[in-house]
Amino acid sequence: MLRFLFRRLVMAAAVAVAVSLITFTLTNFASDPAIAMAGDTASAAEIQQIREREGFDRPLVVQYADWLSSAVVGDFGYSYRMRVPVSDLILSRIPVTMMLGGAALTFAIVLAIPMGVLAALRPNSWIDRTALGVAVLGQAMPTFWFALMMMVVFSVFLGWLPASGARSWQHFIMPAIALGYYATPAFMRLTRAGMLEVMRSDYIRTARAKGLRPHVVLFHHGLRNAIIPIVSLAAVQFGFMLGGSVVIETLFSMPGLGFLAWESISRADLPVIQAIVLVIAVFYVLLNLMADLANAYLDPRIRIG
Amino acid sequence: MSATPQDDKNLPDFGAALSEPSAGQMLRRRVFGHTGLVIGGTILLIIALMALLAPLIAPHDPYAHNLANRLVPPIWHDWFYDDPRATWTHIFGTDHQGRDYLSRIIYGARISLLIGFSAAIISGVIGCTLGLVAGYYGGRVDMVVNFIITTRLAMPVILVALAVVALMGSSLTIVVLVLGFLLWDQFAVVMRTLAMQMREFDFVTSAQALGCSPRYIIMREILPNVLNALLVVMTIEMANAILLEAALSFLGLGVQPPLPSWGLMLSQAKDEIFFDPWMITIPGLALLMLVLAINLIGDGLRDVTSPEGRS
Repeated sequence: MLRFLFRRLVMAAAVAVAVSLITFTLTNFASDPAIAMAGDTASAAEIQQIREREGFDRPLVVQYADWLSSAVVGDFGYSYRMRVPVSDLILSRIPVTMMLGGAALTFAIVLAIPMGVLAALRPNSWIDRTALGVAVLGQAMPTFWFALMMMVVFSVFLGWLPASGARSWQHFIMPAIALGYYATPAFMRLTRAGMLEVMRSDYIRTARAKGLRPHVVLFHHGLRNAIIPIVSLAAVQFGFMLGGSVVIETLFSMPGLGFLAWESISRADLPVIQAIVLVIAVFYVLLNLMADLANAYLDPRIRIG
Repeated sequence: MSATPQDDKNLPDFGAALSEPSAGQMLRRRVFGHTGLVIGGTILLIIALMALLAPLIAPHDPYAHNLANRLVPPIWHDWFYDDPRATWTHIFGTDHQGRDYLSRIIYGARISLLIGFSAAIISGVIGCTLGLVAGYYGGRVDMVVNFIITTRLAMPVILVALAVVALMGSSLTIVVLVLGFLLWDQFAVVMRTLAMQMREFDFVTSAQALGCSPRYIIMREILPNVLNALLVVMTIEMANAILLEAALSFLGLGVQPPLPSWGLMLSQAKDEIFFDPWMITIPGLALLMLVLAINLIGDGLRDVTSPEGRS
């Protein structure tokens, strides 16, 4: 178990370093940080001055080492545009994104697992077909368009829900549904397939033969085993949602990490962009690590094997 | 000497009629018997024809503005709201610059399909190479590729695409390249698994025993056997690329105006959301139909080509 944990940790750290290297190289090749910092109106002399003052004229490797060694302790430098430490900016924006991601994941799971279970218990019934329809539609619908359509109905026509901001829980309803619905099909398919397989297995027959009540068989023996792959999927999907929040947060003007990313991208605020990509990547890696551990806990075969 | 059936060319071949249907017939029967595949194929065919024949079927020039004719509502506003401005001249109405909405939708199909195909092909080449090589060689090579895949998965696609496009300047070519270089992960994962299974098969081990080069074995022995799975992943990534392009263009950092990208049309329609909400329904439905069709084809292909995988 310790060896398993150690190997996963090393892999996670290596991935984070690789992502930081790619992000740093990409941003430095795609644009000139001195020009980005100076803005559009700066003269050539000013740009040269910034380049020397900030050390942008040093070799890229040296700059990267410098940046990484501060990033490790949470110092991502200063935002070019807002003149505040990047880490402060990010910390102030994380709660909204976490709440949005959590709400979206909850929505997806609450919708998908019961439907997946019911669809598996009655294959080819109307409920199976409805679940399939919901899944097929969810996969094909552009998230931002679904959000726009909800805005038209619930904000413009009915006036029930606010269309922008993140001041109250009502502000989170539409964004969470839009973001969560896209993840629903994956959960539903996995639940359905898992339940179909588990319910055919010998231990379910044994449990039934022992005369256990149906709901005990279903929840304790069936769902518990079918849910194991869901844990990994939830981790992966939550990671994707952090990335996907860019579109939704921008659309609903929610002051989260995604909106900050979009603002920084449109202003060429390089330190903030680099930091956000790295933070999301680290989250993704940690979530997967936690999912692996949770799986090892739920399924002893994984820990030993 | 009795004549064998082969000698007598005049006799009809009764054996063939009585025997099992040919592989082609079986495949055709399965393809056309699959509802999802037929529906998806029909929609995709219509959209592809629309894109190909755009100059012939578009009623107006998609770029011709007419500011006197801005925001004309679609024809159904005449039926439901008695809006006198809605006429058959502009069936889907006009946008904020007075350009014919239907013509822009028709031309927009070209952009979506072009981006979907090109991005899927670029990412397919990258992902297949990585996946097949990793699965075939295993060991150290596999570890390295696995690391590359994990790193790629840890990078948020939309964010990286947005940043690169914003910093390098957005154009159709850059959007295609960025999406192509980002969306290869599924190809790599699927191809790696399949190549790992194939490596154990007799036809691969016998090719190795014959002294075939790894390159020959991967290209000639393994690749032809994984084409079905490749096609399925291709549909998934095509749909993904189309949705991502729409999202990028919607945020103003994808395809640039005046090109009629559906995502861009949605972003322009967003500004009119309070007064002309119909404007966001039409390009969104077009996107939905296209992606739905591609997904149905992907699911259908998976069912048809691997009967054991059918649920």
